[in-house]
Amino acid sequence: MASVDTTTNAGQLLAAASGGRRRRGDRIFSRTAVLAAVTILALLAGVAIFLLSEGFPALTASASELPEGKTFVDYVAPLAFGTVLAAALAALVAVPLAVAVALFITHIAPPRIALTLGYLVDLLAAIPSIIYGLWGIFVLGPAAVPVMKWLEEKLGFIPIFEGPASVTGRTMLVAGLVLAVMILPIVSAVSREAFAQTPRRLQEGAQALGATRWEMIRMTVLPFGRSSVISGAMLGLGRALGETMAVTIILSVSGAVTFNLISQANPSTIAANIALNFPESSGLAINALIATGLVLFAITLVTNMGARAIIARANRE
Amino acid sequence: MSNKPKGRLMSSSRWLVVIAFAVALALGVAACGSSSSEETGGGGSSSGGEVSGEIAGAGSTAQQAAQEAWIAEFESANSGATISYDPVGSGGGREQFIAGGVAYAGSDAALSTEEGELEKAEKQCSPGELIEVPDYISPIAIIYNLPGVEELKLDPETLAKIFAQEISSWDDPAIAKDNPGVELPSTRITPVNRSDESGTTQNFTEYLSEVVPSVWKFEVSGDWPVKGGEAASGTSGVVEAVSAGEGTIGYADASQAGELSVAKVKVGSEWAEPTAEAAAKIVEESPLDKELSPGKYTIAYELDRKTESQGTYPIVLVSYFIACTKYGSASEAEAVKAYAEYVVSPEGQELAAKQAGSAPLSPALTKKVTPAVEAIEAG
Repeated sequence: MASVDTTTNAGQLLAAASGGRRRRGDRIFSRTAVLAAVTILALLAGVAIFLLSEGFPALTASASELPEGKTFVDYVAPLAFGTVLAAALAALVAVPLAVAVALFITHIAPPRIALTLGYLVDLLAAIPSIIYGLWGIFVLGPAAVPVMKWLEEKLGFIPIFEGPASVTGRTMLVAGLVLAVMILPIVSAVSREAFAQTPRRLQEGAQALGATRWEMIRMTVLPFGRSSVISGAMLGLGRALGETMAVTIILSVSGAVTFNLISQANPSTIAANIALNFPESSGLAINALIATGLVLFAITLVTNMGARAIIARANRE
Repeated sequence: MSNKPKGRLMSSSRWLVVIAFAVALALGVAACGSSSSEETGGGGSSSGGEVSGEIAGAGSTAQQAAQEAWIAEFESANSGATISYDPVGSGGGREQFIAGGVAYAGSDAALSTEEGELEKAEKQCSPGELIEVPDYISPIAIIYNLPGVEELKLDPETLAKIFAQEISSWDDPAIAKDNPGVELPSTRITPVNRSDESGTTQNFTEYLSEVVPSVWKFEVSGDWPVKGGEAASGTSGVVEAVSAGEGTIGYADASQAGELSVAKVKVGSEWAEPTAEAAAKIVEESPLDKELSPGKYTIAYELDRKTESQGTYPIVLVSYFIACTKYGSASEAEAVKAYAEYVVSPEGQELAAKQAGSAPLSPALTKKVTPAVEAIEAG
């Protein structure tokens, strides 16, 4: 009791000593922080308002005025499908890989190798997406051609490998793989952070009870990092949804709505479609493109809200 | 076990998010800027009365390389002049010209009467006259990649069927009948088209629908109308896709074909190749489109793609230079006049041929076009 009193007094004394200066510092800090937060909100609102106001004419226009003579919903649906398909494919490949990489770095590799590998994975994030795009068409695409041919021949009965296999390698499969490489660093960095912070006492406790390393990881590290892995995956998914350049360069788009991953006929993505058609568009066509951007904005928003909900539920349990 | 430098890792992922935001914002701002430039762009160029010789143009992306070369050369010869060309696309260029935002426009299609474009453009030039002359001609080559087949002849019908995906194998009798003695493999045909909207696609589909309407039932459009083909962005993308795959065939500006084999196309009873001379010749021999060429200085061709004339190549892209005879200020008019004259001059055309791979205007065309640009009233 007495000791508590002393510290309180000491705190008050200290506050009194440095007096107004300290309070002023607090005020400046809190106002700056508020300003930063408001700026972010204002920017977000600004983008949303821009998308809404510029996209609105296309949303209300009749089919004959819009590009391809389709209603806006018919126009955007294949694009939205392509966007989600490419991003989902990327996340499907990248998340397990990223979790494995993160586990290797935090729990398996010797410190020196772990450090180097960590650097290298982070470095992947620094490569501009146009370079990934070029790598996709010049290296990964051609390399994937025989593989896709094999998939068509051996696994053609599965609809996603139905074919006919593309001869140039500019397929959804390749685009998805390139996107997976692109989102790998962010997913693995976030997962790594969480795994590294797993309380040691839990890990040691598990091992003291006779758990093997894998059992220890499964019982302590993975549950501890679960919500971080999910939020990392969502960050990655967000990047994959909006990725433009790489998809624009790689994907052979023809508006087809199909799950067939290895043929030349692929749905375009919203971002790639904007990049491809904006330069030669004018008038209402531009409004239509911006309106598709609004749809992408909405998809991303829903994805993030979904992720928050999942994390909130995971934390409650 | 877990001795990672946490601060660095965290900051790298935050950094990524920040960059992503910045890029997204930059894009948003850029998009905003381009939509409002139509209204604001005009002020600068017409208000000046003192010095300048500053003009702005906008339009076709096909002309971009040529325009850049012309501008560089023109500005080094006339140190006082400043010319800019914004490759916003043909439609955007025409729109900005009509709105008075730019002094001249480049367009892959002549001003049309459909949406009153031509009328509005004439009104914009009032009390002067509208000038519209071809300044950039580019033959479009049919490129293919079929190992072992170095020469390929295609008649328009076969060509249309290939791109309409009706013929799917290289040893199809329709191809074989025009290529006696050539051993055609049974490789699957992969037609490659542009995935972005382009004047090249517009002109190619125009050719197909005019010459073989019975086969080519798709609309004429800058956006490739057939679903399910291989698509690549930009001329370089198409060339790359055709090079990468076996059994591919595509269309691209002839100058960009590179190492790829180029198919010959049937014209009358001859097999024509996309040469500069053949491309200029088809324009020269085509009649003017009366409806689209109402004035003395509007020279819009109705390309005779069905021609059977020897030595012509009918798959060409013709791009136009659009301007007025009168401008608000003398210095502006002077600059436009000098620049336009340079563009259609043999030197200008030669430069474009070298830098952008276009087909120079033939002497006969130059003769026809020059009076129009000379009509700009400087001073």
